[in-house]
Amino acid sequence: MQSSRDNHSTLAERFNKDEARVSWHDQTLWWIRQKRDKAAWSLGEEWEGLRSQASQIKAHTLSNLSGYLEEFEANAIANGAIVHWAADAKEHNEIVHKILQDNKVTQLVKSKSMLTEECHLNPYLETHGIDVVDTDLGERIVQLANEAPSHIVLPCIHWKKEEIGELFHKHLATPAGNADPSFLTNAARIHLRDKFLTRRVAITGVNFAIAETGEFVVCTNEGNADMGAHLSDVHIACMGIEKLIPLRRHLGVFLRLLARSATGQPVTTYSSHFRKPRQGQQLHIVLVDNGRSQQLAKEDFRNSLKCIRCGACFNTCPVYRRSGGHSYHTAVAGPIGSILAPNLDMKQYADLPFASTLCGSCTNVCPVKIDIHDQLYKWRQVLTKEGYSPKTKTVAMKTMAATLSKPGLFSFAGKWARRIMRIAPWLVNNKMNPWYKQRNMPAAPKQSFTEWYKTNRNKDKK
Amino acid sequence: MTVGLFLPCYVNQFYPQVGVASLELLEKLGCDVVYPLQQTCCGQPMANSGYEHLSSATDELFMRNFHEFDYIVSPSGSCALHIKHHLHGKDHEASAKVRASMYELTEFLTDVLKVEHLDAKFPHKVGLHQGCHGQRGLMLSQMSELVAKPFSKLEKLLGMVNGIELVDLDRKDECCGFGGTFCVMEEAVSAKMGKDRVSDHTRNGASFITGADMSCLMHLEGILKRQKSAVEVKHIAEILNAG
Ligand code: SF4
Repeated sequence: MQSSRDNHSTLAERFNKDEARVSWHDQTLWWIRQKRDKAAWSLGEEWEGLRSQASQIKAHTLSNLSGYLEEFEANAIANGAIVHWAADAKEHNEIVHKILQDNKVTQLVKSKSMLTEECHLNPYLETHGIDVVDTDLGERIVQLANEAPSHIVLPCIHWKKEEIGELFHKHLATPAGNADPSFLTNAARIHLRDKFLTRRVAITGVNFAIAETGEFVVCTNEGNADMGAHLSDVHIACMGIEKLIPLRRHLGVFLRLLARSATGQPVTTYSSHFRKPRQGQQLHIVLVDNGRSQQLAKEDFRNSLKCIRCGACFNTCPVYRRSGGHSYHTAVAGPIGSILAPNLDMKQYADLPFASTLCGSCTNVCPVKIDIHDQLYKWRQVLTKEGYSPKTKTVAMKTMAATLSKPGLFSFAGKWARRIMRIAPWLVNNKMNPWYKQRNMPAAPKQSFTEWYKTNRNKDKK
Repeated sequence: MTVGLFLPCYVNQFYPQVGVASLELLEKLGCDVVYPLQQTCCGQPMANSGYEHLSSATDELFMRNFHEFDYIVSPSGSCALHIKHHLHGKDHEASAKVRASMYELTEFLTDVLKVEHLDAKFPHKVGLHQGCHGQRGLMLSQMSELVAKPFSKLEKLLGMVNGIELVDLDRKDECCGFGGTFCVMEEAVSAKMGKDRVSDHTRNGASFITGADMSCLMHLEGILKRQKSAVEVKHIAEILNAG
């Protein structure tokens, strides 16, 4: 599903073959960005203050992460939960599988969890004969289509409603040609209700884990996490270790920011607190590192762990809106994904920090004030120094640096470039020049400014 | 007041009229403008591509050309931002001084010269393109993502031009997609971003697109010309110096 070896630029080019669709994708996400703006403005001056508070709470938590993790673990155990620690994706998947084996279960429901996407839990469990049903509507849609989510909050944002109608017709036997959203939602609800009632194990993600109380909070709009968890005999909650916040009263800051940033709602429909297992129920919490402590150790990139996965940086990103989530070939796409992924695998994701114009809009919308575009810039330097840049680019850059550091050579090259463009424009106006594909080259003037200046202003000076 | 004028390398070669307009405008406003002839480039093309380590020679050259000026002015938000944030010459103290002396043209006009009046005329409908580096990097204007009071150094200056009519855009500060080497490495997305930006301006009736960064405008111009559009690009210095 996500094993594509093509880089962002190639995948984006493919996405752009259908320009009308790109415009539709762009406008859909821009509409969400506008809803976010409205919600932010509705809080007036308080908004920027909330962002600062959230950023500082996370900074404090990250600087004391080990202590808060131990506190959380102790409190969760005292509440009756079973706590597991996973160093990486593989361990995480094995832990979940072991719980299923211990309970002799081969079927489960799962609500939205980007962590399990990051760990590729679904394919892992499927190869072990486990049937996983995603219960978030958007996730169920991409699951039926055998695709990965293209957005962390809106997994099937790249699907049009008519296409969903067809998909449901094929898989859920809805009438052909029916693309009415409420009808389709209802059909999905009936289909999922049966799964909820028959599955004994439910996996959920975690939005916030509170060290002080050992509880965790799951935010959804569909209530599917609650339905799954409450009907299950075994509830497994999977979380990255950065999901922690110290105190319960900090939650208000984050809940107010999360939904407003994500969809423009004042708060998610369900913000469900899980503290103790029901009598007879097992509650497992799997705490996953998977590169996070490594990221924590990198001063330039540490802040990326503040992320609360609201998706606002996706919706505002002019590149994401026009390249689609799958062009990032990683579970968490968009600007934040582009600074998280290289930490996991520099070689495979060396292209992502370059899939940006560094416009800075992501940094401005981020509710926890991650300096996303500065980190993209910094990743570019790291990746180049580590040798993950294409050789041809290195040669080109060295030539450029050499030319630009010698004024004489620069004037000479500039003059000849302009002359060639005038005499033989076909040398640059051809298919080999990516600029020329959809854009004309600038006209080449006879005189550079330097030449003009020498004749018009600088007659007596050298 | 003596001002060192720094021109982006591509402006020097391809848009000399922007250099002329910047120079004349500053002179009209009473500045003694010096253009060091040995200048080339700020080094940003290398740095943004991940080759910051190759830009030490251009950094040194920049230092040689500009270290003695109290004010260095450039008609480019992007180059000014790069110098302000990433110029690291061997002499740390002198580098810090150069970084602090660097101004983008419009901010120099509003913040240092405190221009309140201009003798310019441009009786046309104009769309303002906010270059991201100038806007979000140098804060030349308020950004649509932030909840804060609106202001715009560029609009303030354009407001002093006789006869000009600024058109409202649907997306007032979306990136145009130029992005340095991004424009060729990510050609498909870059061109689509540019086309969308152009159509916002044309849809809203602009006859000219202006901005503080010629790189964005060069990209938009390439698209306009390909579409055989009658809409033209003009650097803000050309408009402020017009008439
Ligand atoms: S980086 Fe910021 S804006 Fe992007 S998903 Fe995370 S919290 Fe949201």
